[in-house]
Amino acid sequence: MTTFVNLTLGGLSSGAVYAALGLSLVIIYRATRVVNFAQPALALISSYVAYSVTKGTGSYWLGFAAAIVVGTLLGVVVERLLIRPLRDAGELSAIIATLGLLLVLQAVAGMIWSNEPHAFSYAFDFRGRFAAADLFAVLAVVVTAAGVLLLFKFTPLGLRMRAAAFNPEVARLVGVRVGVMLTIGWGLAAGVGSLAGMLAIPPFISPNALDEVFVFALTAAVLGGLDNPLGTIVGGLGLGIGLSYVSGLLGPELVPLAALAILVAVLAVRPAGLFGRATARRV
Amino acid sequence: MLEIAGLTAHYGLVRALSDVSLKVEEGSITAILGANGAGKTTLLRVISGLVRPSSGRITAFGEDVTALSTDRIARFGIAHVPEGGGVIPELTVEENLRLGALWRKDKADRGAALAEVLELFPPLVPRRAKAAGTLSGGERQMLAIGRGLMGRPRLLLLDEPSLGLAPLVAAKIMAVLRDLRAATGLTVLLVEQNARSALSISDHGFVLGLGAVVASDDADTLLADDQLRHAYLGF
Amino acid sequence: MKNLPPIVLHLLAALGCLVLLVLLTMVTDPFTNLRIATVGYYLVAVAGLALLTGFNGQVSLGHGAFMFIGAYTVALLVKRVPSFPIWADLLLATVAGGIAGLLAGAAAARLRGPYLAGATLALAVGLPAVAQRFPDLFAGSNGLSFTVNSQPAALAGVPPTRWQAWIVWLAVLLALVFLANLARGKLGRTLRAVRDDEVAASLAGVHVGRTKILAFLVSSACGGLAGGLQAFLLGTAAPGSFTVALSLSLLAALVLGGLGSLWGALWGALALVYFQVWTDDLAELLDLRTDISDNLPLALYGVVLIVIVLAFPAGIQGGLRKVWVRVRRPAPSQRGEA
Repeated sequence: MTTFVNLTLGGLSSGAVYAALGLSLVIIYRATRVVNFAQPALALISSYVAYSVTKGTGSYWLGFAAAIVVGTLLGVVVERLLIRPLRDAGELSAIIATLGLLLVLQAVAGMIWSNEPHAFSYAFDFRGRFAAADLFAVLAVVVTAAGVLLLFKFTPLGLRMRAAAFNPEVARLVGVRVGVMLTIGWGLAAGVGSLAGMLAIPPFISPNALDEVFVFALTAAVLGGLDNPLGTIVGGLGLGIGLSYVSGLLGPELVPLAALAILVAVLAVRPAGLFGRATARRV
Repeated sequence: MLEIAGLTAHYGLVRALSDVSLKVEEGSITAILGANGAGKTTLLRVISGLVRPSSGRITAFGEDVTALSTDRIARFGIAHVPEGGGVIPELTVEENLRLGALWRKDKADRGAALAEVLELFPPLVPRRAKAAGTLSGGERQMLAIGRGLMGRPRLLLLDEPSLGLAPLVAAKIMAVLRDLRAATGLTVLLVEQNARSALSISDHGFVLGLGAVVASDDADTLLADDQLRHAYLGF
Repeated sequence: MKNLPPIVLHLLAALGCLVLLVLLTMVTDPFTNLRIATVGYYLVAVAGLALLTGFNGQVSLGHGAFMFIGAYTVALLVKRVPSFPIWADLLLATVAGGIAGLLAGAAAARLRGPYLAGATLALAVGLPAVAQRFPDLFAGSNGLSFTVNSQPAALAGVPPTRWQAWIVWLAVLLALVFLANLARGKLGRTLRAVRDDEVAASLAGVHVGRTKILAFLVSSACGGLAGGLQAFLLGTAAPGSFTVALSLSLLAALVLGGLGSLWGALWGALALVYFQVWTDDLAELLDLRTDISDNLPLALYGVVLIVIVLAFPAGIQGGLRKVWVRVRRPAPSQRGEA
């Protein structure tokens, strides 16, 4: 019995991380119809910056703040310089461009901070069954997600961003500066991604530390429907718990394949994700 | 207050507008008429900045707006309700309406504008919180026009507002436009294939044929000109 | 000459290449021979990816996983069944890759664009991890090491790097003849039709699902062969060689070479090998720290991808094609054109 409780609680906190990173993917996908394969690298660089800041100042929270700020700025820069020029270039181009950025940023991280893993502290005490660190992770993600959803649903800015995402031409006709909305969207998404990175990386940071988590986050986003933030949160938490069981009962090495199996199984039945909006395509 | 001089526009190699010149008086309802493909929609899209003209000038309220971006033109007080309405189905009716007023600095007025628009189009009231995608064609058109009005525009561009609507609903919409002009002095540029209905509320009309202006006259004169009507307006 | 059927032309070309290659390896040193062989197996891998992503439009970020399968197949066969000749091992590696591709293709048939990319990424991350799960079978992170002692009697006296390069390229050229034929024929057209417009293709009578699965099958068989050749060459198969970075590098190579062409696969394979060589040389020249030199190739691939996508979407082959057209254009009067 205790095993199941442990597995569930552990899965909840890792699921929170998948949900957060998945949320950042969904925000960007809704805004620009691009899956940001570079997101884990943006979060990685932000976390490395946090690592250096913490090492230099001795304060974890200063590093944390730096990570969020740097992440947001990176998102803004990437949208303006890389994604905007590729707006009309087709789906494959955006995928390749973000993949290229992923490679570059991971390599740069290795160059600056070396490929060797460094110890990376948790926010709070991490020992025990459902430690303070886990609780913080879940709370931080829930609060952030709620904030994002409230932003989109109830603020004028959120309305503008949604309009710019759903129909840029109509949004322009009502005076929305669509380009600015896209940039804000990317900045916001990257900021959320940085939070996810800070939660996912401990205990060790290395250039490939977020590879696996990214796969799970992408799975969560796809499961929830790539344009559905709430669905992604639910998908992430559910996936976290499910994968926790796989890890505990079948072995941690099989977790990525289990995620793949879940992904394929769900998409086979609902090609737009569990809560996604299916656009008619079949002939 | 809207002056168009020598406007030419292309889609690739195809010329959609040929040296179009016209003037729209403030507070008037002006109809742009013509068959399919005559360039009516293109004209509106050039005015609102969605299409860049190859040559020519557009002056609105004394300012040259030819090269402005679409969102800048919208914030200038020119509201374009595109063909089909351009309602965003994923947003609710109220969200679609609110969207129309977001650019205005006067936040307090947004609530008043919403109340006024709902009064103009009562069928929208019970559907306020519903997704716009669930509306019927007529309701969607009302929503689209309502959204355009939310920004209290100085110039309203309407692209075929009666397209696909039942005659009664179309007539209702025309009546609303006429009453609105009478009450607020709103200037309306109305593109319509249903020439009779458009001319019935317009002061002046321009007829386009193959991208050029082929006739320009008072509405009554156009209605009475049988030859013109048969040639270009289909009745 | 022009009247011979394409397959004959391809075989003759392959034979010519093989002869040239044999001659080349006789004058180059062992290091270069090894690089020549490496270009060979990367060529097969990237050519397979060209078929899947370039011709058929299915973005795969998991091609490395099929190389993993091929490599481990060869490794296990050499260790467990040493009596099998090497060509049988390679054939089975190809088949294993193909079967995996069949399964992957079937699972992915309804996925498109980013969904497919995500699923194949999961495959790239997940499959090599399996090696760690069953350490008795797969020897965990250290991988399997073995020696291939099947030096053919006919080639006795030839130094190892040389005859290994010959064997690799023999397999590679055979695979390329097969792929070239496929690409020029009906299946090639069908693949492209499905890439360009699934709905239209379906309405024209093409079985879209079957075509996509077939593309996966062929492409992953190539991947399996490539992995098998790599294992044969290096005498080892370890999970660390088959990271996500490998899959992404293969895609980068394809994009650099030219997405929709088999020639592009050649440029891409050359790039994969020689970027590594050049960055190593550069690192030595500039006395760079290992941190920097280790990561330089990946950084370079990333930059290449971004630059290509922003400025040269058709890659090297596209650029070459433009030059070729311009070279051939003058003298319309000779061809009787206005």
